[in-house]
Parts: sequence; structure tokens; C-alpha cells
Amino acid sequence: MPTEPLLTAESLHLSFGATTALDSASVQVHAGEILALMGPSGSGKSTLLHCLAGILHPDLGRVTYAGRDLTAMHDDERSALRRTEFGFVFQFGQLVPELTCLENVALPLRLGGAPRRAALRSAAAWLERLEVSDVAGKRPGQASGGQGQRVAVARALVTRPRVVFADEPTGALDTLNGERVMQLFVAAARETGAAVVLVTHEPRVAAYSDHEAVVRDGRVRAREHVR
Amino acid sequence: MTVAHTLLGLLEAGPRHGYDLKRSYDERFGHDRPLHYGQVYSTLARLLKNGLVEVEAEPGAGPERKKYAITDAGVSDVAGWLAVPEKPEPYLQSTLYTKVVLALLTGYDANDVLDTQRSEHLRLMRELTRRRDGGDLADQLVCDHALFHLEADLRWLELTAARMQQLAAQVRA
Amino acid sequence: MRRISELALGIRLSVGGGRSGWVRLALIAVGVGLGVTMLLVAASIPTVLDARTERADARSVTWDQQLTPGEPTMLTQEVKSSFRDAPVVGLLLQPEHDDAPLPPGVPRQLEPGDLVVSPALGDLLASDNGAALRDRWGDRVVGTIGDEGLTGPDELRFYLGTDQLTAGSEYVDRIQSFGGADGSSAGLGPVLLLLALVGMVVLLLPVAIFISTAVRFGSENRDRRLAALRLVGADVGMTRRIAAGETLAGAAGGLAVGTLLFLAIGRLAAYAVPAELSFYPEDLRPAPVLAALTVVLVPATTVLVTLSALKQVLVEPLGVVRRGSERRRRFWWRLVVPVVGLALLTPLIDGLDTSPGSQVMVVAGLILVLVGVALILPWLVEATVHRLNGCSVAWDLAVRRLQLDSGTAVRSVSGIAVSVAGLIAMQGLVATIGELSPWSQADTSTFQATVLDIDPEADSAETWERELSRAEGVTRVGLLTSMWARPTPATAGQPASSDETLIDIGTCEVLAQEAQLDSCDDGDAFVVAPDGTTTPASGSVYLLGTGQDTRWTLPASAEVVGPAPGTVGSMGGMSARIMVTPGALGGIDVEPEGMTVYVALDPAVLDAADHMRTAAAQVDPAAYESPIAPERTTLILGNVQSALLVGTVALLVLIGASMLVNVIEQLRERRQLLAVLVAFGTRRRTLGASVLFQVAIPVVLGLAIAVVTGSVLALALQAAVDAPLAFDWLTVGVTSGAAALMVLLTTAAGLPLLWHLTRPGGLRSE
Repeated sequence: MPTEPLLTAESLHLSFGATTALDSASVQVHAGEILALMGPSGSGKSTLLHCLAGILHPDLGRVTYAGRDLTAMHDDERSALRRTEFGFVFQFGQLVPELTCLENVALPLRLGGAPRRAALRSAAAWLERLEVSDVAGKRPGQASGGQGQRVAVARALVTRPRVVFADEPTGALDTLNGERVMQLFVAAARETGAAVVLVTHEPRVAAYSDHEAVVRDGRVRAREHVR
Repeated sequence: MTVAHTLLGLLEAGPRHGYDLKRSYDERFGHDRPLHYGQVYSTLARLLKNGLVEVEAEPGAGPERKKYAITDAGVSDVAGWLAVPEKPEPYLQSTLYTKVVLALLTGYDANDVLDTQRSEHLRLMRELTRRRDGGDLADQLVCDHALFHLEADLRWLELTAARMQQLAAQVRA
Repeated sequence: MRRISELALGIRLSVGGGRSGWVRLALIAVGVGLGVTMLLVAASIPTVLDARTERADARSVTWDQQLTPGEPTMLTQEVKSSFRDAPVVGLLLQPEHDDAPLPPGVPRQLEPGDLVVSPALGDLLASDNGAALRDRWGDRVVGTIGDEGLTGPDELRFYLGTDQLTAGSEYVDRIQSFGGADGSSAGLGPVLLLLALVGMVVLLLPVAIFISTAVRFGSENRDRRLAALRLVGADVGMTRRIAAGETLAGAAGGLAVGTLLFLAIGRLAAYAVPAELSFYPEDLRPAPVLAALTVVLVPATTVLVTLSALKQVLVEPLGVVRRGSERRRRFWWRLVVPVVGLALLTPLIDGLDTSPGSQVMVVAGLILVLVGVALILPWLVEATVHRLNGCSVAWDLAVRRLQLDSGTAVRSVSGIAVSVAGLIAMQGLVATIGELSPWSQADTSTFQATVLDIDPEADSAETWERELSRAEGVTRVGLLTSMWARPTPATAGQPASSDETLIDIGTCEVLAQEAQLDSCDDGDAFVVAPDGTTTPASGSVYLLGTGQDTRWTLPASAEVVGPAPGTVGSMGGMSARIMVTPGALGGIDVEPEGMTVYVALDPAVLDAADHMRTAAAQVDPAAYESPIAPERTTLILGNVQSALLVGTVALLVLIGASMLVNVIEQLRERRQLLAVLVAFGTRRRTLGASVLFQVAIPVVLGLAIAVVTGSVLALALQAAVDAPLAFDWLTVGVTSGAAALMVLLTTAAGLPLLWHLTRPGGLRSE
């Protein structure tokens, strides 16, 4: 008996001007699963991720999260959802350069209204878990790329989200650093029970997923449900 | 002949019984294809005939109690094998290649071939990833090797599919 | 040769950088241009003053002119009046020949009663505002004074034909030509000149700061471009020269923009200054030396600023490394300048004396303290920002940003602080100098104005009383009649003392204006003795009047009193005089030598003073009206101050513009980061608030420092002269208001871009 999916996209259409980014894309994400969204550049996989996360609003179609219709929500409501239920990791340029790594990790908690000290405490614990405690007091510019991505992963998980959206999280890293980030990321996500939507064009990164969905020309082509 | 060279290399660490040799081979290199006993003994017999190994017989023992040791000729043979580069060959899985070409020729969607194949590749890659992340250094190296090759296959497939689409678009235009 | 070509490459790069290159160039050009405009205006002030002096001299009347017999002559008398606070000066003209000289700008001889007025005075007479001025000198306006006869377009001046002048009178001049070395023309006194100097420093220092800020507009982009050049093989020297070339292009644009703006503003500025300082737009030409200095120094400064800014970064082939951020600013040497300034101000502790030397010291001290403010600020801002710790995320983002790069913030702050501190200190200076003018202590509770009739006739007293009482807004009139008294021996045979004494006759109320009276009844007599004068002995006998021999004895009951504060007597240099109530003269009636009419005005009546002046001028055009506590000096100071206030507000706008550019540049640079922040649920409100804080923190810091420094200076100055301590609420209020508005506008102007950058599509890479 398959469980209800946590996050569902149904026939999403979205175009930017004359360019069609999504053309009837549907996908399901179950609680705690790691789903890789694959496909060539420009296929619409990042756009699909943005729609699933409630960042972009599709022209047509529906995104449902835990029974709630994301597409019918007000922007503020979706922002609040992203603050509390979702986490994000991007390729690069996501850390605030003038805050220390520790403060960067604490940022989502503080945006959610947590007191400064408590937020910094949890942030420190997460940095330790991702083995980057040594850069806690440094600014992102002073940390290496791999350390920066681990800080970003810590920041995505610090709110204990139910879904983490990762867009090419290892895209700017070399293989060894990339593998390490993925190992720590996947392990932490499994431990906290977070589902992961992972956009990548690298099969080796996709191999960390439970399933993959291939996006081509704005459509989700294949969805394997084989364990 | 790589199995022969591998066994010789393993013997460099010290004399072994045939059974030990098979076990170490399987541990390090034979995850996908374990050696048969017969293969081990026939290879060792050939090496013995060529004077690359010698037998340190233990009294009153059957063939499985024979201990093999590498000879000086065997050591230099391994050294020579390691020093000579492998002939670079395009790493193509001939069946996959054949399938894609056939799909194109018959008008079948190459993307479907790709997607089916990717799914299968990824299944294996997941398994390798799991095994690697749980294994020791040797496991990691072997799995990485396989993963990179599988990834290369997939990339080649993706590129081919994209090329074909371009080509088809050109043909249609 | 190679260096020139590198400079040229820089210029080409600045122009060829696509749209953003042009925007940067335009920003620098506008920024530098605004600075250049202010410099050119400042450079034009000498020319304007010269032109005014020249015209004022050309129409001046010399009292001791050597007359050539047979040449046609003219009798003239100067009339000094005013309308509201603005002086109105005129000449009574009585030609003694048809070919008598004509003042410049007046085309023909005037008949008695003919009035020729300056255009501004003509407009005033014709307007509703000028109702109280109408008919002051008759209503027969027969012409307008030409520009060549006026110092500026807003000058209020007139010529009135008359036949009432008598040659030989002390106040009437007979002349054969107008003009000649005068010296007393409308030049600024040394105190005002010094004040103007402070004003210039207060305004020009921030302009310099602003220009140096403008040159750095978009410099991060420039640095990246230079890094790209390093990658293809340019060395450090070449990048410097290329950057210098770029800056030169901007500076040249700035000079062009500045010149155009100057030409445009020149037309407006002529109408923006107070009427008595007005000038003709065509007189607003920069003095050649100063203009040349501007043209040379501005580009040179911009290049120097660029090079020193480049020293703060390492332009490497692979990117730009900021050097300065970890280096804290050192404090001690910044203290030297303000400490020297404070040392110069120390004489204030013992009170200020009026010698020019101490005034120079005070002004120099002020300038040094203000420059010191600009020097200490960067350190102070850095130190403060590093200690700020917030609670909200927006606050944290802003503070951290400022900690990482306080340079821009510091420059903005210095600009604001120096001008605002200067303004507030100015208020102290105004109070101080106002206090130095003893008139300000005069008692204005009973009477507020006087009319001096220097040539009264027998029936003048009645005429004045009648005519002035009739004027609108005049509630009471009091007369002080003066006559000379020659001492005479009480009994024959004793020698009479030779000194003549002035006897003033008036009611108790009027006498109280001149002397400190404890009690007074009709019949009393007083001897007013300023410090250090010998008082006439009681019982002395005087001969009153010029022709008659009326004897009068100073009664023994005459009390010796001091002069009232704020009167001529209190200022020293006067000998003792006798003041009597009418009863004390015992009915003696002599023709007065002079007459002062004290007038009480109803403050509720609009232009009461001017109605009274008009009534007075109708009795005698030459009668000299003055308020009891004239505010002329403080008035001009007030003008300087309001000009500074306007300048400061303008400066705030400039600073706001530069901060806006900074904010926009920074937002553009981090578009991706902003999109990410929004992605993980940051409210736009939070981001907007962080922009607001980022702009507001430096401005608030700057204002606070400025208010403290300025107020301390002002209070010190006021305390030094025992003036009542007054906090300059106006300046603080206006500048704080303008600053708050500026912060809000800057933020508001940055918000659309912020919204645009954080809209849902923002995460898509370019």
C-alpha cells in the first residue's frame, strides 16, 4: 500500500515570455525519499524545483504539499512555509558574505523568530555534524568551496525541514569534495527524515538518490519506482 | 592475460594456497565476477609450466594443499606487465551501441533507450555507491572505477541522444 | 608615450564599457559636476563683490569734494530707511544747474517731488506687500534706475528730487560729480568675512568629500575590469594609469556638467540670495585664478583619490583582494588637528574680546575643530559599528555589511557631520557676535523704535508727536529733546568750564530709555555718568540754547546714574550728560538742537514699523529711523546661516544620492544572494529594513556626532560671552528632518530594485 505523496506537482505549465519552461510536468515526492531530478541543461529541472518549493508560481497546474495547495497560497504564506518546512542548498553564492558561517547557519532559525543565542547554539551543533566547526567564526569568503557547501547544507537542515531542495549542490566542487558533501548531506537528511529533491545532471550525484525523474523539454519523462 | 598477472601480483606478497589466492582475488577484484576454482588452477598450471611460479609441496597433500610461490621470472613478468601501457580502446559497450544505432535505424525513440538504460545504470550505481560508502579503501577504489565508467556510458548515451535530436531536427527542417 | 596610451586606454574603457560603463561615467560626471558647480560659485564670489563695489563706488557721494568754480553743482543728502528688515537707501537730489551731475542709472534731472526707484523698489511699491511703504517719499514715480546704478537687481534704492536742501548744512553735500573713492560701500566687515570663511569651509569640506565619493562610484566593477586586464598581462603600474585615465574621463565630464550647471544655477542664485546681497547674473563669473585652480585641481584630486583607493585593494589577475578591511584605523594622529583647534578656542574661557586677533583665533579654532571632526569620524564610525550588536536579522545584516566595508558609510557621515556641526556652531557664533554688539541689550519693553530729527525747528515737537501718533500701529510717542548747555560761572568772576554738556529733556518714561533710573518724577534731574567720567558738580550754572542766554542751575537733588545698557552712553567714549524731566526746567523754552522721537509699536499691526517710517519720511525725508535694538549684524549672520542651512540640505541630497548609488550597486551585485534569501523564506520586509538600517545607521551616527560637536562649540561660544545658552533647535530640527527624509527617500528609491531582484524568477541564472 503506497503512502500518500508528501509533495505533488500536477501538470505544471510555466513559460517565461516566449520560452516554455514547463509543459505539463508532474512529479511526486514521498516523505523521507530522495528524488533526483535529472535532465540536460535548460530542460526545466530547476524550474520544476522552484515550482515545487513554492518560489515560482506555475501558469497552470497545481502543487500540493501535505494536502495544502501551494499554488493557491498567498506569497507570505508560501514564504512562511519555506522558512519552516523547507530547506535549500544551491550551487554557490548562497551564503551572506558579511555574516560568519555560524551566523549564516543560524539565519533561517532567526528568520523564523528564534532567539539569537538559541539559534547560534543549534547552528554550532549542525556545523559540527557536517565537520566544519573550524570555519564557524570565519566569513564564507575565508572558507573553501567544500566547506562553504557544507555550511549551506547545515543551513538547509538547521530548521529540521520536511523537504530539502538542492539545486546542483556539488556543481561547483571537485569530485572528492562533492562526494563528501553528498555523503554528509544524504546521511543527515536520512537521519532527520527529510525528503530531498535533488537537481543534478551528474549521474554519480544522482546515484545518492532513491529514485530519479528525468525532465526533458519541460516534461517529466520517466519515474522509476524500483527499490 | 590479466587474471594470470593478477594472481602473480598477489603471490608477490608471499606463497599462498590456491584457495587463498581465489579468496583474495575475489575480495579485491572479483565483486562482479568471482573466479571459478578451475580457472584459478588452470591459470596456475600455465604459470607453473612457464616457470613463473613454483610449488612448495607439503607432504601428503592433494592439489588444494599445494602452496604456490612466485619465481624471479614471475616477479620480472609482473613488473613488465605493469610497465607496459594498456592499448587505449574506446570503452564502448558494444550491445548498447548496437541498440542505439538500431533504434535510430528503425525510428524507435532513442530517448526511450536512454531512459531505460539510465534507470538500469543508476540502479547499479546506487548499489555501487552504497557499497563504496560502507567499504574500505579497496572497495572505494573499485566502486569509484566502476561508477566513473558507468557515468561515462550514461554521458555518452545522453550526448548521443541529444545529437540525434539535433540531427532529426535538421533532417525535418 | 606608452603611459599616455595607457591613459587613453582607460578613457576608452570608461566609455566603451557598455551601458553600465556609461552609467558609471554619468554618475561620476554628475557627482563631480555638482562639486565643481559649488566650487565655481565660490570662485565667483570675489567677482560678484568687486562688481558690486565698483557700482557702489561709481554712485557714491564724497563729502569733501574739491569744487571747481563755475562747474555745475548738485546738493544731495543721503536717506537711510528700511522696509521690514531690508534697508532702503536713497539720495535727495537738488540740482543747482541744468547740467548738474546725474547719478548712474538716472537719465535726467529730477523736479522736486520726482521719484526714481530701483526696479525692486518699484515692484514693492506697486504690490500689496508694499502698502506701508507707499507715499513714503511721495507718489510721483517718474522713472526706474538703470542697472548701472544698482549693486544688484533686488536692491531697494531711490532718488528723490527736492528743493528743501540748504547748502552748508552739516548733512548736505554739494558735489560736481558722483563717484570717487568711497570705501564705505557695501563691503563686508572683517567679522563677516571670517564668518564667510567658516561658511566656505563648512560647505566646501563636504563638497571635497562628496567629489571623492563620486569618483568611487562603481569602482568595484572597475576593479574587476582591471583584474581582467591583469590576466592578459597588464602590470600594477599600467592598471593604475588605466584607472587614472578612466577617472580623468569622469572628471572631464564632471567639469563640463559643473560648468553647465553653474551657468544654469547662476541665473537662479541671483534671485535666491537676500535682497541686499543680490547681484546681476552676468556678474557671476569665476575669478580667473580660482576657475583655473578648479579646472586643474578637481581632475588632479580625482586621480589622487582613485590612486589612493586603488592602494586599498590588490588587483590580481584572478580577482580583487580588499586590503584595508582588517586594518583598523589608528586614532592618535587624528586627534592632533582638533586639539590644536580647541587650544585656539581656549581664550574663550576668559571671555571674548572684540579685537580682530582673537576673532581670527576663534574662527581658525572652529575650522580646525570641524576638520578634526572629519578626521575623527572614520575612526569613531568604525569603532561604533564594530560594537553594535543587534537583535533583529535586518539589523544584523546591515551592521555586518557596515563592519565589512565602512568606507562609503564613513565618507557619507563625514560629509553630513562637518556641515551640520558647522551650522550648529555657527548659531553659537551668531549669538556671540550678536552679544558683542551692545545694542542688543537695549530695553525694548516700552518703545521699539526711534526717529532722529537732526535738524529740528521750533514746532518740530508738536509735528512729530501729531504725525507719528497718527500712523497705523503706533500706540505711543515719547519725545527726547536735546540741547547744548554751556557752563557759566555761578557768580561773576569765576571762570566757566569750557566743556559743553548735552542736556536731554524728556518724560520719565523716555529718560528711562537712556539711563538706569531707580525712581523718577516730573521735576527730577539726573546726571548720567558713564564709568570713568567726571560728573558736573551740582549747583553748576549753564547757559542754555545757542543764541539766548537762558541760565539754568543743576539742582542739588540731581542724582548721578549710570547709562542704560545698550545705549551709546554705555559703550564708552561719551562724557557725562544731564537729563531732566520737563518740570525741572521750570518752563524754560529753548529751541532744541536735536530731537529723538521714541515710538511704541503695536506688535499686532502688520508692518507697524513701516507705517511709522512712512509717516516720519513725510514729515522729513531725512529723518533717521532706527529700531531700539537693531539687528543688522545678526541679520546678515542669519542670512549666512540660512544660506548654510540650504547648502547643508542640498548636501544631504547629494549624500543621499551617493548612498543610493552605493545601495543600488550593492543590490545588483548580490542579486543571486537576494534570490536565495527569498527562496528560504526571508520576508522582503526584512531585506527592505536591512537596506534602511544600512543607510540610516551612518546618517544617524553622523548627525549625532555633529549635533554633539556643534552644540558643544556653540554652547562654549555662548558661555564665553555670557549669552543665554540656546540650543539650536532650528538647525538640528531641519537637518534631522532632512536627514530622515533623505534616508527614507534613499531607501524608497532602492526598494523597487530590491523588489525587482527578489521577484520569483530571480533564482534563474542569467
